[in-house]
Amino acid sequence: MAARTGAAAAHQGDARAAGLDLTALARSLDGAGEVREAGPDDVVDGVPAAAVARPTTVEGVSAVLREATAQGMVTVARGAGTALTWGCPPERADLLLDTTGLDRLVEHEAGDLVVVAEAGLALRDLQEHVGRAGQELVADVPRERLEGGSTVGGALATGASGPRRLQRLALRDLVLGTTVVLADGTVATSGGKVVKNVAGYDLAKLMTGSFGTLGVVVRAAFRLHPVRPDRAFVLRTGPLEEVADLARAVVASQLAPAAVELDRPAGSDEASLAVLLEGTGDAVAARAADTAALVGGAVGEEPSWWGRLPGGDSLAKATATLVGVKDLLLAARAAEQAHGAAVALRGSAVGVLHAGVTAPGAGALAGVVAGLRAAAPSPREGTVTVLTVPAELREGLDVWGPVGGLDLMRSIKERLDPGRNLAPGRFVGGI
Amino acid sequence: MTSTDTAAVPTGRAAADALGRVTAELSGALGAEQVITDRQRLRTYECDGLAQYKVVPGLVVLARDADDVAAAVGACARHGVPFVARGSGTGLSGGALPQAEGVLIVMSQMRQIREIDAANQRAVVDPGVINLALTRETTPDGYYFAPDPSSQSVCSIGGNVAENSGGAHCLKYGFTTNHVTGLDLVTPAGEHVEIGGKAPDPPGYDLLGALVGSEGTLGIVTEVTVRLTRLPQEVQTVLAGFRSTDDAGAATSAIIAAGVIPAAIEMMDALSIEAAEKAVACGYPAGAGAVLVVEVDGAAADVAGELAEVLRHCEANGAFETRIAADDVERALIWKGRKSAFAAVGRISPDYIVQDGVIPRTALPQVLRQIADLAAERGVRVANVFHAGDGNLHPLVLFDDAEEGAAERAEEVAGGILELCIANGGSITGEHGVGSDKARYMPKMFTEEDLDTMQAVRCAFDPDNISNPGKVFPTPRLCGERPGRRQGAHPLQEAGLAEVF
Repeated sequence: MAARTGAAAAHQGDARAAGLDLTALARSLDGAGEVREAGPDDVVDGVPAAAVARPTTVEGVSAVLREATAQGMVTVARGAGTALTWGCPPERADLLLDTTGLDRLVEHEAGDLVVVAEAGLALRDLQEHVGRAGQELVADVPRERLEGGSTVGGALATGASGPRRLQRLALRDLVLGTTVVLADGTVATSGGKVVKNVAGYDLAKLMTGSFGTLGVVVRAAFRLHPVRPDRAFVLRTGPLEEVADLARAVVASQLAPAAVELDRPAGSDEASLAVLLEGTGDAVAARAADTAALVGGAVGEEPSWWGRLPGGDSLAKATATLVGVKDLLLAARAAEQAHGAAVALRGSAVGVLHAGVTAPGAGALAGVVAGLRAAAPSPREGTVTVLTVPAELREGLDVWGPVGGLDLMRSIKERLDPGRNLAPGRFVGGI
Repeated sequence: MTSTDTAAVPTGRAAADALGRVTAELSGALGAEQVITDRQRLRTYECDGLAQYKVVPGLVVLARDADDVAAAVGACARHGVPFVARGSGTGLSGGALPQAEGVLIVMSQMRQIREIDAANQRAVVDPGVINLALTRETTPDGYYFAPDPSSQSVCSIGGNVAENSGGAHCLKYGFTTNHVTGLDLVTPAGEHVEIGGKAPDPPGYDLLGALVGSEGTLGIVTEVTVRLTRLPQEVQTVLAGFRSTDDAGAATSAIIAAGVIPAAIEMMDALSIEAAEKAVACGYPAGAGAVLVVEVDGAAADVAGELAEVLRHCEANGAFETRIAADDVERALIWKGRKSAFAAVGRISPDYIVQDGVIPRTALPQVLRQIADLAAERGVRVANVFHAGDGNLHPLVLFDDAEEGAAERAEEVAGGILELCIANGGSITGEHGVGSDKARYMPKMFTEEDLDTMQAVRCAFDPDNISNPGKVFPTPRLCGERPGRRQGAHPLQEAGLAEVF
């Protein structure tokens, strides 16, 4: 075995103390990847891992998971690690399953507008490849994650959301099929690589946004779209309520916007509206002019905040109805005043936004989250889930809020991962 | 047929007794007019849109509301009796085929549009609401319900949810699963569960994604919240005549490659054109070996550009005639030929099988040739109608049941077409569902581990296997089993209860 650092040796000691047999893990890979002791950076939201496996084949993932689960280990999958603090910290993390060894672009048949890729492929690499054929995966993963190398598997696991879902819908609507490895090593494929397909259950959607608690995604097929040759932005800044109403007017118009985004900086009584129009030449210019007239704004450049997460110590995802977006904006301002916090709100007027919260204490943060949650008349009309939060502010925080169908979710977890070997505690209801 | 019995579900005499107890319970709870036991009346429900499979249900319950559904399902759960939900009964895969010792729960009386919330671009509907009725009701507000299966004037939204229905316009606008944001479910245990609502992205696992398209095997949906789509500013419809399906296919590829995503691209071959012409006199170009119906919609300025692209690519790929619908009347006539195609085939053949398979679009010319070869080999005629944009084929396999062996030959060809779809990287069904009809093909598309994993999810919802059993999966699975690798023979097979296909 390679020479180790002191820290890694200490972890190895931990692994031995925990009764983990890393040699057997390494052997299970049979050359298709490697196993090493965890280093100081191998931490999931404050929970240190004991070992890291980096398989290079689907069979390798299957073998190492089967062995890890047989040893009673808890496994957490990791891509580029850009959202490893999203969700709750896992109860344990014996093994980090590094997916970046699975980074092949399996198939791109441009004429079919479909791409098949392995889970560890960085999205920017996927985009670059399909971009050569004038195509793109319209999954606007937050740019800081994209720049950090966010992978296909990571984007799926976290159900990343961005501006252009308004027209092209969400990642769950673009994924055509997945291959996952379950905790016991079972390799299961659902869906396929054609856009239209109703054979069997659509497990790809179930995996999307499941935070790695059901299985480890190893491969996925996506629907692509042709890159529209021309684009224009229309901008307008104004009082919260007015801008919210204008955003909804654009969504309800026949101008076919590709995205309608709102940004309310922390502490501000104003919000900015940015509308993206995509298409061809004069047609886009005409729609941009009509949009500018509709909102009393101007055609301009892409704003610096476009497609990025709002800043703050904690990050939450807030959903709303089209009408409810305004109430959410107002609730952010009210929560700031009530709790001495900073609450930046940014996202799609279609009702999926992110809140960046900096709060003076755990109580204040909990108050802000409760305040945002109360903006919706019921959970069916809007929810708030906390994605990432500093450990010292977690006390007393209701991270997930009410979850419809939680018993069914627990039952699904029990069926697919009966030993709770995959990221236990990371998801809703302690799943 | 595979036995669908599991350890939890009684068989034989015990099944009849269990059904008797359910019948007595529900007659008391719901009243005699909601519970059908008369054999003649039960026969009305013996099949859905796929008439080749017939089973007279043991009992029919006409549900008026979610509580009726919960009462019926709850009684079934207590006594281990299987149940099947049925909407308008227009499904083409036998997905609503009843069980002889089970309960058929008919949802068509639940047909109220609960709410049209145009400001939030949502509607809340009962499952029995007819697809087209929702579009009619929302059009005055400038909206419509985008999924538009050809049966949209009769099929129900609950059925669309069960089957994840598509339609001619799903190339651009997506399928039912892309338009459902909330569901009320009665679980196979008889419990009400609310999932999602008007807001997007409900927290937790994507239960909506699992439920839509699960063909009634995970419970019964009693209310649906759907996305409403803004009516486009402008619609243009083009009819183009080609010498061959190869040319029409090349034009389709060229349009897509140019970056245009039409709302619809539909293709018909010579035989289906002939049938449509005889049936509805749609006036398609004389002598065409294939026609394309291409529709582009959106903001007026964009539509003009896209229409020009479509015409250019049709002409560059050998269209000898192109027609642009001047108004809604002409547009309706163009669509009439396409939408009546299935029924029209009845004019040129006494019997036919409607097949539904999917291939990657680029494989279209090759697969059409393979289908032609297969048909010629068996001496069977095949008319092709399809959603060319997304590679969804609807070959119509023609036969005369009066002729000895003809039905079998037609079945062989229909099955062979599915094999071609799988071999070319496609799917055994694009929109009609697996149902009873295609369960036997599932192992050709998925491995045993794939199917076991899907069934593990089924077990999470329906551990006793009473919700529409026998559909989708070729082999039932005992839910007591631990998920994962199976050693040796399947326990049901060992117990002599089931065959493995």
